[in-house]
Amino acid sequence: MTDELPRTDAAADSVGDTQFAAGEPLLRIEGVAKRFGTFRAVDGVSLDIKSGEFFALLGPSGCGKTTLLRMLAGFEAPDQGRILLGGKDIAQALPHERPINMMFQNYALFPHLAVRDNIAFGLKRAGMARADIATRVAEMVALVKLDGLEKRKPDQLSGGQRQRVALARALARRPQLLLLDEPLAALDKKLRESTQGELMELQRRLGMTFIIVTHDQEEAMTMASRIGVMRDGKLAQVASPRELYEAPRSRWIAEFVGDINLFDGESKLRDGHRLVIGTRDAGALVVAEPREPVGAGKFSVAIRPEKVKLSRRGPVREAGHETAINQLDGVIADVCYLGGTTTYKVKLDAGGMLQASVANSARLDVDAYGLNQPVVAWFTPDDCVVLPS
Amino acid sequence: MRKISRLSRFNIASLALGLAFLYLPILILVIYSFNASRLVTVWGGWSLRWYHEFFNDRAMIEAAWMSLRVAVSSATIATLIGTLAALALSRGERFRGRTLFSGMLYAPLVMPEVITGLSLLLLFVALNAERGFWTVTIAHATLTMCFVAVVVQSRLGSLDRSLEEAAMDLGCDPVQAFVAVTLPLIAPAIVAGWMLAFTLSLDDLVIASFTTGPGSATLPIRIYSEVRLGVKPEINAICTLVIALIAVVIIIASLASKLSSSRGESAAPL
Repeated sequence: MTDELPRTDAAADSVGDTQFAAGEPLLRIEGVAKRFGTFRAVDGVSLDIKSGEFFALLGPSGCGKTTLLRMLAGFEAPDQGRILLGGKDIAQALPHERPINMMFQNYALFPHLAVRDNIAFGLKRAGMARADIATRVAEMVALVKLDGLEKRKPDQLSGGQRQRVALARALARRPQLLLLDEPLAALDKKLRESTQGELMELQRRLGMTFIIVTHDQEEAMTMASRIGVMRDGKLAQVASPRELYEAPRSRWIAEFVGDINLFDGESKLRDGHRLVIGTRDAGALVVAEPREPVGAGKFSVAIRPEKVKLSRRGPVREAGHETAINQLDGVIADVCYLGGTTTYKVKLDAGGMLQASVANSARLDVDAYGLNQPVVAWFTPDDCVVLPS
Repeated sequence: MRKISRLSRFNIASLALGLAFLYLPILILVIYSFNASRLVTVWGGWSLRWYHEFFNDRAMIEAAWMSLRVAVSSATIATLIGTLAALALSRGERFRGRTLFSGMLYAPLVMPEVITGLSLLLLFVALNAERGFWTVTIAHATLTMCFVAVVVQSRLGSLDRSLEEAAMDLGCDPVQAFVAVTLPLIAPAIVAGWMLAFTLSLDDLVIASFTTGPGSATLPIRIYSEVRLGVKPEINAICTLVIALIAVVIIIASLASKLSSSRGESAAPL
């Protein structure tokens, strides 16, 4: 264990270097599978994670993200596949043989040990000299801002403080890879948001590689540089937050990440780079052709609510601007004021329901729409995503 | 506790009645153990005469010593085996019939003592074992290990498994993780289990009388046979001493388990 420490020290010193170094990934997961009885918890997952990345595994409960994380930590052994850390297969190694540490969802602080001894626990096991342990503990305490609480027992700390102790304890050994299992799930909203920022700060400063497991898509989008969405034990999509949101690969991902309007239909005709898709609930929609060309058949047209604009009379058409615009008539069926935005549900004359999210850019409600008010909802073909049904 | 401070009169009355029902007989016994009179039912003033008598009664002292030795050894054996059983049932791999084993652990708790005693007697006779200190000790360990296992198992059940995982994650092999984390956290339950086993063994008359042999009577057996010939005030003195011993042990046991459960709460998330 001790021989790993200098190497990660070097990594910590090289803060400011390009985070995504070229070459070998730090962690390579190859065709990993795990079954519990007949249930395939993780089903053939392959993934590369580069050094210095902040990676999020996102998915609903039971999708296998925690099992995958536990296999990285060594609490479960994969039935199939390899887990390479720095080129070495660690799939069957025991937890204490891996230069990986984990922050547990419920923090798992040792209740019989003071904060200081909790943080020093792993250092003592690594056979570090007493004086070095004291220095490192002091460093960690300062890092997570726990000064003055070193002698407290975990049950004398608030939820946020416990979370920091758990983080300090996991970071103390300077692991090559830090795993975080729903690290903010137990905190209230305000604290969660500020802690998100602190975690990102810390990760950048230490230049460490973080893998976080979360079911909260907002949390994943805020913190991670890349997100892997898991469903039924498989990786459904691995992408940057923006790509995941704006170009989801499937209907399921589009619905899981953020709110979305979906209209099922069939491709009717092609006009240059435009496709016309006839939908049952919203009539004919003009959409931009996806990057990967699609043939004829059944599709879903997906539009994010904030891409939908509302107006009383329809879009202002600039002279010479010939962009085909989708215009749908309807009446306001529901208004939901959220502070920063207002979400309107528009009952379309064509039959369907369309959600539009409008920023409340003015303090007075001059722009607001009332219930049963007729409106025109419009959006451009580029705002639509075509997904296979 | 805040609610108890505002008791209604009815509550106070029912509490007083209940406590009187429980403790009045014991109180009378304790008071009469300091009776100077030779007759149990006649008060003859305060005296330590019967305590003096007891300490000069060789047969009684021997029986008390026997009881103590049996209680300590059977409690120790029961704690060892019971703790191991609890660990196997709550920490081991899920094996076939685990629920059955778990349930079987509770059976001796509800089994009539006569049946336990008789079956053990039959076993010892079949094995041709010489009945005496060891047969009583083994019989008591058999009964009390279930209590220990139940106490330790419930503690282990409330213990967060991720604590052991965290220890392993931080560099412990499974044995080190157990010694560094699990053992300190279940220690109060183990101590409480030992105390429980100790008092149960000290109390027991039925199983002991089935499994003991000539010349190795425990204190309850001795007292019972004396009482059949008429209650001597000396018995009151012995009983008072036993009550004092058991009270001390039970207080320590409950303090230990209280300590254990308050630690348990802190182990839970938030």
